[in-house]
Amino acid sequence: MINVIVELSKYIILTLMIIYTFHCFYTVRQPDEEERNELLRQQLLLIFFIDFTAFLVIYLKTFNFQIVEFYAEMLLFFATIQILYRLFYKKASILLLNNMCMLLSVGFIMLCRLDISAAQKQLLIAAGASGIALIIPVMIRKMRFLRKLTWVYAGIGIVLLGAVFALARTSYGAKLSLMGVQPSEAIKITFVFFMASFLSRGTSFRAIVQVTVVAALHVGILVLSKDLGSAVIFFAAYLIMVYVATRNVSYLGLGIVGGSGAAVVAYHLFGHVRQRVSAWKDPMAVYQNEGYQIVQSLFAIGTGGWFGMGLCQGSPESIPVVKNDFIFSAICEELGGIFAICLILVCMSFFLMIVNIALRIINPFYKLIALGLGTEYAFQVFLTIGGATKFIPMTGVTLPLVSYGGSSLLCTILMLAIIQGLYILREDEDEEFEKRRQEAIQRIREREEIGRTRQI
Amino acid sequence: MEERARSKRRRARNRSYTCVSVFFVAIFMGLIGYLIYFNTIKSDDFINSPYNTRQDTFSDRVVRGSILSSDGEVLAQTNVSEDGTEERSYPYGNTFAHVVGYDTNGKSGLESEANFQLLSSHEFFLNQIRNEFMGTKNTGDSVVSTLSADLQTTAYNSLGDRRGAVVALEPSTGKILAMVSKPDFDPNTISENWDSLVNDETNSSLLNRATMGQYPPGSTFKVVTALDYFRTHGSFNGFSFDCQGSITKEGHTIQCYNGNVHGSEDFYTAFANSCNCAFAEIGTELGGASLLKTSEDLLFNKKLPLNSYRKSSFSLNGSSGIPLIMQTAIGQGNTLVSPMHMALITSAIANNGVLMKPYLIDKVVNANGDTIKTTEPTTYKRLMTGNEAAILGKLMKGVVESGTASALNGRGYTAAGKTGSAEYDENGSSHSWFIGYSNVDDPDLVVAVIVEGGGTGSEAAVPIAADLFDAYHFD
Repeated sequence: MINVIVELSKYIILTLMIIYTFHCFYTVRQPDEEERNELLRQQLLLIFFIDFTAFLVIYLKTFNFQIVEFYAEMLLFFATIQILYRLFYKKASILLLNNMCMLLSVGFIMLCRLDISAAQKQLLIAAGASGIALIIPVMIRKMRFLRKLTWVYAGIGIVLLGAVFALARTSYGAKLSLMGVQPSEAIKITFVFFMASFLSRGTSFRAIVQVTVVAALHVGILVLSKDLGSAVIFFAAYLIMVYVATRNVSYLGLGIVGGSGAAVVAYHLFGHVRQRVSAWKDPMAVYQNEGYQIVQSLFAIGTGGWFGMGLCQGSPESIPVVKNDFIFSAICEELGGIFAICLILVCMSFFLMIVNIALRIINPFYKLIALGLGTEYAFQVFLTIGGATKFIPMTGVTLPLVSYGGSSLLCTILMLAIIQGLYILREDEDEEFEKRRQEAIQRIREREEIGRTRQI
Repeated sequence: MEERARSKRRRARNRSYTCVSVFFVAIFMGLIGYLIYFNTIKSDDFINSPYNTRQDTFSDRVVRGSILSSDGEVLAQTNVSEDGTEERSYPYGNTFAHVVGYDTNGKSGLESEANFQLLSSHEFFLNQIRNEFMGTKNTGDSVVSTLSADLQTTAYNSLGDRRGAVVALEPSTGKILAMVSKPDFDPNTISENWDSLVNDETNSSLLNRATMGQYPPGSTFKVVTALDYFRTHGSFNGFSFDCQGSITKEGHTIQCYNGNVHGSEDFYTAFANSCNCAFAEIGTELGGASLLKTSEDLLFNKKLPLNSYRKSSFSLNGSSGIPLIMQTAIGQGNTLVSPMHMALITSAIANNGVLMKPYLIDKVVNANGDTIKTTEPTTYKRLMTGNEAAILGKLMKGVVESGTASALNGRGYTAAGKTGSAEYDENGSSHSWFIGYSNVDDPDLVVAVIVEGGGTGSEAAVPIAADLFDAYHFD
């Protein structure tokens, strides 16, 4: 009987997810505000039902009462942030907020199924981060001096990364964390701030060279720490931001050539890079060693097929570090390939939304920040999903908001709060623009009035 | 004017944003595309890997399906008794031991390769729901193999008590029709006998000699040497050799079998006589580098399109000494090959140079017998040109018509082949080899036979091949 429910739940969750994904794209195209709000409300309902079905299944398969408690806490958390945003930030992007809740939900579902204590920790961090995040939009508005801290950002980034390189212990072959915290996650934000503040002041050749040196320092330390994933993400953000700031394609070309050259050098210089590549080329041949992880991941994705095995029906725990770097494979296995494709589309709409915000901001500093953060997000999604499916070599990064990992979750939520802050600022700018336009029209009318009275 | 310039600038900036968006949309689409590609095409390779233990949990809800021969005989089935205990039985016992494999104490053979299919159920969905409510298991899909019960039994009986292996393939498709390895075991009692089977290193009965055996190829390797000669010279016509029964170079002497003196030979007669002296001479002239290249083209030192096998090894290179080259050119030296690999080379010769990917699973059917999935024959690789295949075929036809495999002549079908006796110890004891195919105009059956310690090819291996060809053509 329970199996029938589990089997049915697969199709229910999938259907809801497909509708949700459709909403993500449809909402943006909806010009009417009322209609749009209605769609956004429906999205919330969809998230609610997906969570309800999923947690019901997990409970029925485990009869662990902690699941029910967790579900209640999670609902409370989502309700609280939805209400607080609506109370304090009327102008915030609700679509962005909904997508954040959706991705967090998927993560909570999978973590709950994999390891309830990890899920509880994740929820706690999400709640804490969201609390901090609430004041960020205010800070963005008040702290106009943020733009001037160029070298502070660069200093923080290089010193912290250097400290990790010098002091951290190696785990999973890479040096990542200091006292349980991964500074590279926070430096993703300071790096973008540095790039944005520098590039918004000018894009002379000299400036580009300086920016390049600082960026190369960041990336170089990360490569030495064997944190390849972050290195590639920083590099991508650097390239895209320079390209957009200068609108010069030759920088892009030069960057790609330089990056490829550096990749080849790294391949020959570092054993860990070669291992990743050999595991990617033919994982079966090196199954006993570096290929094990990726092969297990592909077993999971393949066994899941289009519709998945159903929650608690697969064995995603056989993939090493499934909660972090391979959560996507667990999703494919239990919720299915179609669900996974929807998830990719949700991430894509998330990114497009951020670019859209960037596009409409006028202040070049803020504009570049939004774009830079968006790029980092999108590229990280690409790296982790591409790595898990063997589309590209594994780089060992998390799927933002979905994977387990305190630093990553905290920083992603802060990143989103920054973007929300910029969005609100943009709405203010729009309003101001509208006000000035109204005033101008008013003045013209008044002048006409005066002219008319003179004629009389 | 100023207004227009500003809007132009803004549009230029927006264009860079559009480019960035398009780029990322493209890589996201790449992710989705790859996931679709993986799920539709690649995933089978991974799911069916013997390393994948995920399917084993399926057995809680599915009764393992049956394995059938191409002619509908049951090779493996699960019997469920009244109290629900399941027992896997193998009606043919030892006959299909290695190729069908076993399902307890790990998995091997088809039981391993088709594990996923056997544990998946495509029963009618209403039946599945009914089973779910009644708490009974679904019936797993059955696998219809390419194996012919008739040919397999023939090969099994023909090899008798001797050690060795037999492989039979359909060259135009890659279907594996028979695969026998001896000594063997009874998969019905494998659990009880497991310890003695694993510890018995003198017999290594669990080893599938057809794919895992490593034998010197003996004179069957002359096919490779001949191909290299043809590639180097473009023709066999300019070749002549006067066989004196032995040839000595750099102090190393090679003899023809039994010290036979073949006298004056062209390439075809040298091949038909399996003249060691001629081929030692040819090998020295071609050199190690050239032989290495042709061997690797024929998949020596390379991956084979099989699930479990050992790579064949070929060790000559540009700096190899003359004695080793002479040895290697006649199939001795350090070269080691599995019977399956020799069968694959032969099947490429029989199929105009194209090697079809060998396979064992013809189709998967559900409990009602409806087909779920059929394996389509696929090309693995072209190993040689059609011209080269034809000329090697001509050489091998000569072996049957007037050479060491003349026992296959005049049996109601045409045949081509090459015998071999591969010496494996100092006393000159040798394994008996035969590779070949029947119906030379439109080859229908490829056979590779090895009998350990069987003596010359014509003594032991050719009669087994004859039994197989007879069974294929007359039964």
